[in-house]
Amino acid sequence: MALTNETIKARLTEKFGDQLSHVEEPYGMLTFEAPKELNLKVLNFLYDDEELKFRFLTDLTAVHYPDKKGRELAVVYHLHNMTDNIRIRFKVFTDISQPDIYTATGLFSAANWMERETYDFFGINFVGHPNLKRILNVEEMDYFPLRKEFPLEDQTRIDKDDEMFGRG
Amino acid sequence: MARPVSYNLIKKPLEGDISLVEMPDGSMGEGFFATSLDKVIGLARKNSIWPLPFATSCCGIEFMATMGSHYDLGRFGAERVGFSPRQCDLLMVMGTIAKKMGPVVKQVYLQMAEPRWVMAVGACASSGGIFDTYSVLQGIDQVVPVDVYVPGCPPRPEAIIDGVLRIQDLVGKESLRRRNGEHYKALLESYGIQ
Repeated sequence: MALTNETIKARLTEKFGDQLSHVEEPYGMLTFEAPKELNLKVLNFLYDDEELKFRFLTDLTAVHYPDKKGRELAVVYHLHNMTDNIRIRFKVFTDISQPDIYTATGLFSAANWMERETYDFFGINFVGHPNLKRILNVEEMDYFPLRKEFPLEDQTRIDKDDEMFGRG
Repeated sequence: MARPVSYNLIKKPLEGDISLVEMPDGSMGEGFFATSLDKVIGLARKNSIWPLPFATSCCGIEFMATMGSHYDLGRFGAERVGFSPRQCDLLMVMGTIAKKMGPVVKQVYLQMAEPRWVMAVGACASSGGIFDTYSVLQGIDQVVPVDVYVPGCPPRPEAIIDGVLRIQDLVGKESLRRRNGEHYKALLESYGIQ
């Protein structure tokens, strides 16, 4: 019998109880949240379980919510079960003043560069990552450009008149 | 049936069998011609520019059209595109230069021998263009000195040819002493080039 969202939900509740929250199914894709200390436990369970078999990390990224005090940064894992062709989305939230998250590189090799990219743009500190340094931006960059407090435009230039760009 | 648009209505007769550049000013007599060395060297240089294309995006495609048979940059003596900076006179930067690419542009410029000229083709190379963002260099003049800017997004081949003609103008009129002068040294110094 093919795997369904209901089965996944039941298996997760059976294992983690009410530690998982915000279970939703936007556009049919199961999405849930866990405390950040549990991220590796949940990923390991999803990987090892003979029924679930989420063994492909398709994407790992972060989102910045400046208004959510104490849980500003969300780290999002997209997982894929290749056998049953089912995808799920798993989030953990962290405080922006201490953005430490356990690395998933031990479980997925693909997480190596994706975590470096997430560090590069959002400044998430992946604890235990073998080589956590900038991957896409210039090494001299001294901020994390996709955090919302930094304007998109290059702040070093002086020749563009703010009035002309509707932000005077 | 008449064609809706007609081209080449004005007849332009050839001036001669072979098109020659104009002679520089000088004194001429029987069997001799005297002029300044500047002018002769300028004449020779400007009609055989070797461009080095540094094409990163759509402006590079327009440059390919410029080099093709339809627009034919060879008419201006610049058909020999060199892909070695050591042999080239004109660095043509065409396309968006990311900040990570900045040191590469500078390296290529440093590898070129004097005298060398730089042309920024298109909005991105000239000013960053629409990419006013954290990852894009806001104009290559932040890393190398630029002689001619060609506007457009991307510029048409005619605009690129116009840019090359302006470069030719600069090359032809340049004093032989310019590159040894204090002014030029100060310019390079401001870019951190010895």
